[in-house]
Amino acid sequence: MKLQQLSLFSENKPGHVIAPCRLLAREGIDIRALSLADTQRFGILRMIVSDWQKAKRLLEAAGSAVKVTEVVAVEVPDRPGGLADVLSLFEGSSINIEYMYAFPFLRGEKAVLVFRFDQPDAAIERLQVAGINVLDGGALDNR
Amino acid sequence: MVTVKECPAKTTAQTVYSPASAPDYVPIALLRELQLSRLKNIVTRAWERVPHFRARLDERGLTPDRIRSLADISLLPFTVKTDLRDTYPFGLFASPMEEIVRLHASSGTTGKPIVVAYTRQDLDVWTSVMKRAFATCGLHSGDVIQNAYGYGLFTGGLGAHYGAEDLGATVIPISGGNTDRQIMVMKDFGVTAICCTPSYFLHMIERAAQLDIDIRDLPLRVGVFGAEPWTSGMRDRIERLTGIQAFDIYGLSEIIGPGVAVECPCQNGLHIFEDHFYPEIVDPDTGNVLPDGEDGELVLTTLSKYAMPMIRYRTRDITALMPEPCPCGRSLRRMRRVGRRTDDMMIIRGVNVFPSQIESALLEVEGTLPHYQIILTRHHGLDQMEVQVEVTSESFSDKIGALEQLNDKIADAIEHVLSIRVQVTLVEPSTIQRSEGKAKRVIDRRLQP
Repeated sequence: MKLQQLSLFSENKPGHVIAPCRLLAREGIDIRALSLADTQRFGILRMIVSDWQKAKRLLEAAGSAVKVTEVVAVEVPDRPGGLADVLSLFEGSSINIEYMYAFPFLRGEKAVLVFRFDQPDAAIERLQVAGINVLDGGALDNR
Repeated sequence: MVTVKECPAKTTAQTVYSPASAPDYVPIALLRELQLSRLKNIVTRAWERVPHFRARLDERGLTPDRIRSLADISLLPFTVKTDLRDTYPFGLFASPMEEIVRLHASSGTTGKPIVVAYTRQDLDVWTSVMKRAFATCGLHSGDVIQNAYGYGLFTGGLGAHYGAEDLGATVIPISGGNTDRQIMVMKDFGVTAICCTPSYFLHMIERAAQLDIDIRDLPLRVGVFGAEPWTSGMRDRIERLTGIQAFDIYGLSEIIGPGVAVECPCQNGLHIFEDHFYPEIVDPDTGNVLPDGEDGELVLTTLSKYAMPMIRYRTRDITALMPEPCPCGRSLRRMRRVGRRTDDMMIIRGVNVFPSQIESALLEVEGTLPHYQIILTRHHGLDQMEVQVEVTSESFSDKIGALEQLNDKIADAIEHVLSIRVQVTLVEPSTIQRSEGKAKRVIDRRLQP
């Protein structure tokens, strides 16, 4: 249920995000989800892609610093309170959310939340017990 | 920090005694006698044949017969780089062109290069010291040496080439550049030793990893690295990443090229080929000769160079002579590894800073490969220093906080060494320009508007 997310180091300068995106486009790798975290001086481009092993190999050969992290993607109703409901599951627990990002599905009334937890297995269990749909890679394809 | 290595058992190379090494073990009294007689000869030759030198002695009321002991060398004037520039191109030659068989020139980055000349005999001396240098690193016939020093006007390529050939090793004259081909050749030709600058070898290591080649799996066992200052921390890094033994070799075109001094398997100081190059250490400010063991500027005199004798040449390299005997048994004195040059020094907020200090600080931080660059700027009349460090797959974290911590850790390590806080900037991998020769560590933008 855990997804492999690729993170790339990027300097916070104009034009620095486009090169890896172009490379993946050329090789026919689909970026399913993406987020950019940045500070004044540098940024981290986080992506879930269709073939992470191939993408990692290509990006590293092109000279990027790439980290693979396990993240958890869940589906929630795209309505007010959808996110708060999920977050409340972890309130008062020892599970920490290190970061998260969200994007809507193209069709339907669902949104996808991507989490990096410090204890992903425990988090998945908690989400599933609460009846929340934890997505695998394929599910992101069929949106 | 200097790691003291066990000697000489540590060497991975089967140390085979080479007859070429015989002069390395000559009894000290005999060596001093030889040096004195050669010194007298060379001073006489320069005085007779180089008007520039003769004029300098005349100013001091000196003649060559005043040299009666090795200590008398301190009476002689220094030669500095500008003497070579002022007499460009051939003003310091002591041989007619009929006897000169080769010219080399420095890679002068500003203005005219400096030109150096060799007679047939000078080339023989150069070949013999390079051969002794390779033998000192445990190389012999049967070794396959990839010579990735640049061939051409730069002395590195040809100097190493002829020494390696004379040793009986198999030389691959690949020259610098085309890193992918270097790695292919290293792998396919069963290369056992490589010569290049340490920064270029680091680049090869990095590129090999991208090509999924682990240098540890190859027969490569020795690296002979020189032409730029590098730290012992960098050596440890190279040895750990590749499993080879990395030797420091020292030389400069003005004196002969590579082959002035080299490390033995003890890797604790470089043996100077004293039978051809007479070393002194002087105070860089006063020019006074310093006792053995004290840090100062290395001054070299060529004892047997015909075409272009260099008398008391100021190398601008900071080192010290190590008079105590080396466990390897060589009678040749050692000099400490050169980590600094007098002209490398930067003054940042009143503090003297050398690039090698930044390098050793970076090597203290786990996961940073020593790909760094120092950018000097002037802001409101104050010199500012920025250190750019590449993020590696090892040091990179997916969390912003961890990257900021890495940034701080590097700044702390530098502050620990320099006692001043400098700006550290993390940059993307492979963005600092890789050098196929000497690395350019400092970008000086202070004089730009």
